[in-house]
Amino acid sequence: MSGGAGTPVAELAGNPRTGEHGALSCGHPVAFSPAALERFEALLTRYPTKQAALLPTLWIAQEEFGWISREAVDYVASLLDLAPAFVWGVVTFYTMYNRAPVGKHLIQVCTSISCHLAGAEKVYHECRRKLGDLKPGETSLDGKYTVIEVECLAQCDKAPAVMVNGDDYERITLENLDSFLEKLK
Amino acid sequence: MSDYQPVLLARLGKKSSCALETYVADGGYASWKKVLAGAKSGEWTPAKVTDLVKASGLRGRGGAGFPTGMKWTFVPPKEKRGDKPVYLLCNADESEPGTFKDRLLIETDPHQILEGMMLASFALEVKHAYVYIRGEMVHGAEILNAAVAEAYAAGLLGRDLLGSGVDLDVTIHRGAGAYICGEETALIESIEGKRGHPRIKPPFPAVSGAWNAPTVVNNVETLCCVKHILDRGPDWFKAIGRNDRNTGPKLYCVSGHVEKPGVYEAPMGILFKDLLAMCGGVKGGRKLKAVIPGGASAPMLTADEILEVPMDFDGVAAAKSMLGSAAVVVMDETTDMPKAVTNISKFFAHESCGQCTPCREGTPWLNKMLKRIVNGEGRQADVDLLLQVAGQMGNGMTICVFADAAIAPVLSAVPKFRAEFEAYVARSKKPGFDEPAPSDITPKVAERMAEGMHS
Repeated sequence: MSGGAGTPVAELAGNPRTGEHGALSCGHPVAFSPAALERFEALLTRYPTKQAALLPTLWIAQEEFGWISREAVDYVASLLDLAPAFVWGVVTFYTMYNRAPVGKHLIQVCTSISCHLAGAEKVYHECRRKLGDLKPGETSLDGKYTVIEVECLAQCDKAPAVMVNGDDYERITLENLDSFLEKLK
Repeated sequence: MSDYQPVLLARLGKKSSCALETYVADGGYASWKKVLAGAKSGEWTPAKVTDLVKASGLRGRGGAGFPTGMKWTFVPPKEKRGDKPVYLLCNADESEPGTFKDRLLIETDPHQILEGMMLASFALEVKHAYVYIRGEMVHGAEILNAAVAEAYAAGLLGRDLLGSGVDLDVTIHRGAGAYICGEETALIESIEGKRGHPRIKPPFPAVSGAWNAPTVVNNVETLCCVKHILDRGPDWFKAIGRNDRNTGPKLYCVSGHVEKPGVYEAPMGILFKDLLAMCGGVKGGRKLKAVIPGGASAPMLTADEILEVPMDFDGVAAAKSMLGSAAVVVMDETTDMPKAVTNISKFFAHESCGQCTPCREGTPWLNKMLKRIVNGEGRQADVDLLLQVAGQMGNGMTICVFADAAIAPVLSAVPKFRAEFEAYVARSKKPGFDEPAPSDITPKVAERMAEGMHS
């Protein structure tokens, strides 16, 4: 499990040591907004243990901060009485927690078997080329786009399937790629 | 087949099909209300619901095809489990490549799933049930959350439901991107807030699952079937299937090279050729080459092998593959099989959880070898080496069946389409491509080790 959304290119290349538990720093302490804290408190009532709220709390953190920084890991760990290293271990297991800032549009191109049969790899490469020869997981200089390859999105009847942030797009081909990208602007 | 009336997809395409109001107007929650109304008097007991599900012959729709009613009976009775609660986890972590039926149920008829969960919870004396929905289904989670809120507001969830004394909570829990969490013990680890590492069984979840309490994990479609069994009875359900071991309505996810890919509902055991006809046949009228009948984990079948196969648990198993999640991936004559297998191997290499060595090391090796074959850098011996490596990964070498899933495409496609793999190797541009594979070095290594032991 690695190479998920927002895995920084530098990390893919060399794994710089960035903190006790490997997470990148955002440079400042973080904390939930009152509304987020309220959601967090409500979460705790839904599980028999505090730890069980970890995945949903990380989701709130990602919504609040955009990505899971070292400071976010430490903050979530303190909220749930967990060791930061444990939280980081969980973050890195799942592909959807961004471990670096991502573009405004996180373009997730499915290349699993049904999409492969519909030519998804070409769409993935062409998409990155058109947005400035982006490397996998790299964000465009204007901060607008990050393109990654993802596993099956359960949209196999609408292959090639693409998800942008949380929105589903279907049948993105080389032919309609331009108009698809145009719509995102 | 033409006179078959859809059950699970009956409400597909209806206006506001996700709303409680339309669900109730279509007869929804009648079974839940019926059971609640008879709970105090003893007219409806957990055992009665379980017996109906057992009598229906329902087998799990998530992949393994285990009899649902029997799974429920593995939960220890109250005398044995003491104060421990029982948990029901609805497995909505649909991630098997080629599978998209649960997404359709979630996005078009969430109350059908909830009612199935309610009835299963009653049968299992569950007070808190969870839906573990994969992280990628962002809108699906929103739809389910809205449906749960509606059910609470209508008094169908909460405390002392409709004066029955029954309490039930439902929580929607989002995953965060990990195929392995569809494996039930990995799902349990994940919902506890950990990395999704499958557990060693036994103990089985029914005895000790989530938070060390008895836990039942059921697939979305399975729970929907429960609702219909309570609506119309086990005999009706049984009459739909091919035989007593393969009963009920079934959703088939058809993708790949067909004219009309999509989710198709048919009686369990429809012949593959009839299913293919429902989808408008092979795309462009081309020839059928191969089919994955049950998602990426299922062994591939050739056109000749699959045409007459009844698409149910036993039918596909008899053809030496598996129905799995009924994700039918159709490949026509233009398909490059080595490339298709390479693609699937990449998926498994990426998704191995890393606990067991044969799987953690084996899945990337298979992918690496396949990649060099299709990149024109393979060695002649690589084709056999693939089979050799795959042969050392499965059959109980690992904690869960992920490794068995990962090797299925290799062990089926390589022998069946061997000429295509060999053609790649024959065109190989790698210097010394006809040298023996590293496996042939093994005796020498063994020799050296033996020498070392003597010195």
